Amino acid sequence: MSEEFEPNIVGFACNWCSYAGADLAGTSRMKYPPNIRIIRVMCSGRVSPSFVLKAFQMGADGVLITGCHPGDCHYIAGNLKCEKTMETTRKLIDVLGIGEERLRLEWVSASEGSKFADVVTDFTNHIRGLGPILGKSQG
Amino acid sequence: METAEIRIGVYICHCGINIASTVDVDRVRDSISQLPNVIVSRDFKYMCSDPGQELVRRDIKEKGLNRIVVASCSPRMHEPTFRMTIQQAGLNPYCLEMANIREQCSWVHEDREYATAKAVKLVSAAVAKVSLLEPLEEKEVEVRPEALVIGGGIAGIQASLDIADAGFKVYLVEREPSIGGHMAQLDKTFPTLDCSACILTPRMVEVERHPNIELLSYSEVIDVSGYIGNFHVKVRKKPRYIAMDKCTGCGMCAEACRMKGKIISEFDVGMGKRSVPYIPFPYAVPSKYTIDPENCLFITKGKCGKSPACKDACSSDAIDFEQKEEIVELDVGTIVVATGFDLFDAREKPEYGYGLYDNVLSGLEFERLVSSSGPTQGKIVIDDKEPRDVVFVQCVGSRDKSVGNEYCSRVCCMYTAKQAHLIHEKLPDAKLTVFYIDIRAFGKGYEEFYDRVREEGVRYIRGNVSEIIKKGDRLLVMAEDTLLGEPVDIEADLVVLATGIVPRKDVKEVGNLLKISRSPDGFFLESHPKMRPVDTATDGIYLAGCAQGPKDIPDTVAQAKGAASSAMTKMARGKVKVEVTTASVDTFVCRGCGRCVEVCEYGAPNLEEVEPGIFVSQINDSICKGCGACSVVCPSGAISMKHFKNEQILSQIAAVI
Repeated sequence: MSEEFEPNIVGFACNWCSYAGADLAGTSRMKYPPNIRIIRVMCSGRVSPSFVLKAFQMGADGVLITGCHPGDCHYIAGNLKCEKTMETTRKLIDVLGIGEERLRLEWVSASEGSKFADVVTDFTNHIRGLGPILGKSQG
Repeated sequence: METAEIRIGVYICHCGINIASTVDVDRVRDSISQLPNVIVSRDFKYMCSDPGQELVRRDIKEKGLNRIVVASCSPRMHEPTFRMTIQQAGLNPYCLEMANIREQCSWVHEDREYATAKAVKLVSAAVAKVSLLEPLEEKEVEVRPEALVIGGGIAGIQASLDIADAGFKVYLVEREPSIGGHMAQLDKTFPTLDCSACILTPRMVEVERHPNIELLSYSEVIDVSGYIGNFHVKVRKKPRYIAMDKCTGCGMCAEACRMKGKIISEFDVGMGKRSVPYIPFPYAVPSKYTIDPENCLFITKGKCGKSPACKDACSSDAIDFEQKEEIVELDVGTIVVATGFDLFDAREKPEYGYGLYDNVLSGLEFERLVSSSGPTQGKIVIDDKEPRDVVFVQCVGSRDKSVGNEYCSRVCCMYTAKQAHLIHEKLPDAKLTVFYIDIRAFGKGYEEFYDRVREEGVRYIRGNVSEIIKKGDRLLVMAEDTLLGEPVDIEADLVVLATGIVPRKDVKEVGNLLKISRSPDGFFLESHPKMRPVDTATDGIYLAGCAQGPKDIPDTVAQAKGAASSAMTKMARGKVKVEVTTASVDTFVCRGCGRCVEVCEYGAPNLEEVEPGIFVSQINDSICKGCGACSVVCPSGAISMKHFKNEQILSQIAAVI
């Protein structure tokens, strides 16, 4: 593998829209960087701040959460609950020195395979640009 | 909770070469075999095949496996398959976890090294999760033998008749005063030229007479709750101001009305006029009058002469201005959504002059003009003159990104051909020209019909119309012939725009009401475009007709029969498995704060007083949908989401990195 920094990215995708969107990207043979590993949850509203913290604690360089578009949530408004929770979580990881830009929430519907591929590509490049998470002594 | 030793079997699928060409399956198998509790790690050409499934069943029995990981395609594809496989070997179906190494790995990556490394991580995460999965008991609920059909166009009519014929009760809710939908407005139907009313009316009458169908016309669904088998529905019956049981449909009220001939007829799309008490069209079902409250002098102004003329004229005393709206509550097992479509509003293409010039008509307006039940009794006249030159413009509002409709409406090519034929039949000397982009004559007998119309002398010019302007009392259609690459101007007395099909304007509200999603084109989204074309993501709710996307009548009827069959399958069995992955509360840990109650959209958690002053949350798992939002907000960690527990997901996170 190359010497270039290859980030570890944990993805959370809701079962109904985004996970299906990710599947569609696959069925349509779209390409995106392999750094992301997707964990399926039933709803983006299931993603607890503790999951995000755990990911960074274990060495993730970025966390990408994808959910249904507002108004399309299979559970009415789980995606909006996720948005609210993640606003706070973003502040928290900033305070922890991880940097809020390493956590992103995007809406991807079941029919947006190409959007899923674009979002993952963009986020991977973004994290690659940020480099590894460095402690104060290293930075 | 199971305390037995965890014994995991891992099966990595080649999927022919779909996985194996990008992922080094042997390496994945070998690395996974090193993980704790993994008893066997195997690879196989096609895991979903019979021999593949048999491999799993045999290992479960011979090696005493109690947890299974299948690394193959998306769980959305084969999770049900492998759950059944392990169940056949005596395991609980929930002791399975799938790793998606096809759609989310081999198909989206090209570098074999990276893809293999990623596959190892994905399978490791599945192994980590499966070690912590617990057996879950599946629960069945009863499915009520009643169906709700929303929308009384041909889709809803067909679905209702099929379900009712099978012996189930059907509630058919139609917003308008009559069923029939758009099909009732058509004159002839392509390509066979059957008279639309002639083939539709008998079906409408059947609906009215069917002992198993309760028709709720002039009514709207306002609330839907519950789940498959047990939906609770509220329907608002709008007041007709005419007693249904007394009205004989004689029409004396409409004759007497002081507003007679002054109100635009919706049915004739503005081409004809009606009274305040009206019946949308002569063969309406039910054949009862309705008073249009927005235009009624007595209702809007409180006064209509000395006394309302309709009331005086009605010999059966059916007029009742005291009538109020009524809320009807229904319990049904399944729902068919057949809410239909709207016609594209050609005013969005101002260059065509629609709405500006009286002799530029939409497809549906022409349909009323040519119909023998229409405002001119089928005589094609514009300003009392028969048109000599008629131009048809195709793809108005379809295949047009500038108005946001990328899709093909699938009916306009053929209805234009049919309308050209109808003019040719009635006015053989008229010169007919069609501007088209491509001709899509895909159905049975369609290409033959298109050929026939061309042989009748209809001129087809490939090209886009850029503008339609007034020239004296005629129209000038300016276009480019894209085959010859030169501009072409044609004078016409009548232009018919082949207006396309768009989602109904309240499609979003209806979607929210039923909690079903929509595709990018705005129509309701089917569960799978090929394999589950009439199902929605919500169990027990099915789609029929143009609500799901543009369709012609044969396809609409076929889909309606499909939706009816899906609904009947559930009702015939009478029982259905419900969500088992629900949330549950550890009542010893719960501190009764009630945040779960606040966050739940369905009202599943409830605070109950277990001792005086001490509350704990209880979750009703028939109501719980398993989204897990409550477990996120629970500050004491008392709520766990079965199959997606914190520790299960945390173990996955640790393993994927």
